[in-house]
Amino acid sequence: MSDHGHHHDHDHDHDDDQPGAHDAPLSGPALKVKALESLLIDKGLVDPKALDELIDTYETKVGPRNGARVVAKAWVDPAYKKRLLENGGGAIAELGYRGRQGEDIVVLENTPTVHNMVVCTLCSCYPWPVLGLPPVWYKSAPYRSRTVIDPRGVLREFGVDVPESVEVRVWDSTAELRYLVLPERPAGTEHMTEEQLAELVTRDSMIGTGQALTPAGRR
Amino acid sequence: MNGVHDMGGMHGLGPVEPEPDEPVFHTEWERRAFAITLAAGFLGEWNIDMSRYSRELMPGPEILTTTYYEHWLWGLEHLLVEKGLATRDEIAGRVKPARPSKPLRVLKAAEVAAAIAKGGAHRVNDDVPARFKVGDRVRTRNINPLGHTRLPRYARDKHGVVDRDHGVHVFPDAHAAGLGQKPQHVYSVRFTMQELWGPDASARDRAYIDLWDDYLEPA
Repeated sequence: MSDHGHHHDHDHDHDDDQPGAHDAPLSGPALKVKALESLLIDKGLVDPKALDELIDTYETKVGPRNGARVVAKAWVDPAYKKRLLENGGGAIAELGYRGRQGEDIVVLENTPTVHNMVVCTLCSCYPWPVLGLPPVWYKSAPYRSRTVIDPRGVLREFGVDVPESVEVRVWDSTAELRYLVLPERPAGTEHMTEEQLAELVTRDSMIGTGQALTPAGRR
Repeated sequence: MNGVHDMGGMHGLGPVEPEPDEPVFHTEWERRAFAITLAAGFLGEWNIDMSRYSRELMPGPEILTTTYYEHWLWGLEHLLVEKGLATRDEIAGRVKPARPSKPLRVLKAAEVAAAIAKGGAHRVNDDVPARFKVGDRVRTRNINPLGHTRLPRYARDKHGVVDRDHGVHVFPDAHAAGLGQKPQHVYSVRFTMQELWGPDASARDRAYIDLWDDYLEPA
């Protein structure tokens, strides 16, 4: 064990392994990360400030609000929507979102006859520049195993009941293409601005496990 | 490899459990595990396909009973040892860390934003001819390699139709094994749910899977 991992019974500063339980001992993985991070720093393989910058980027700068802006723009701007469906990555980059785990984004349009949903059965592929890091359920064995064999059952558990007349398309992200669902614009939103519309676009609606909120359902 | 990471179509792995208002990271150690893995990846000593394969090599029972970032840690340790950047004794804290034996390019905080924006280089500009065109009927090969592959078990020896050609990409099976890029076309291939899961599946629904030329034969 490295000299950074010795105080596992009384560490109050950095290791809120269980939020609200600061006196709990560090868990196995917490000890392991602490030791490994110390080793990598001691060896000069990582820069601690770069670690902080990476965390800050994905915790505060990148997230589903990016994707919501893309969707809202597509709802109000038909020319943008056309570009988005023809070249997702290019149109998304117009708003400044690009890069790692989103080098080639394909946008899938939900319509009254087609419902798209996205999964990665082999790992956890997800369009980081527009949605941020994936939620735990998206990376979990239940979602990854069931979505390709029982998409309608999974959708029902998310409260999405897709009529039998609507085709469900499941997109398994096995390559480096990343998929973003363009949800249907809710009824009764004709008067709303692009900024107001973006508030209706949930993360799940862009994965295909939800619909956009209605103005009444807005939280 | 036919590991438990290849989950598409499995039963019995539990319900999908979305968490309301889920944070990006649940613990401090998850933040650090995420950051050291990304930062170490920027050393350039391994590629993303090697990174995915390293997580697949975690013993199956452990994959199923540990959390996502524990998989990342396991894979990171494996790669550090495999590439000679750290020893098991160093990781376990049994010996004093040695400096790396060669100069390495370490990601600095000021470089993080540009490095993320740049993304990965999976798309290759090589002029490789496509073996198939949109609309072609194809059959996936029945392969069971011990190494890394992105052809999921549930989609082997199945008939589908080429829906889109995504251009020329690095071939992960070769890339993960250190055998070069073997660039070739990637297609979204459309399968009926009945082809994948039999006559009890929905007659209307479809699965789209991104597949490389080497996975496909004419049908």
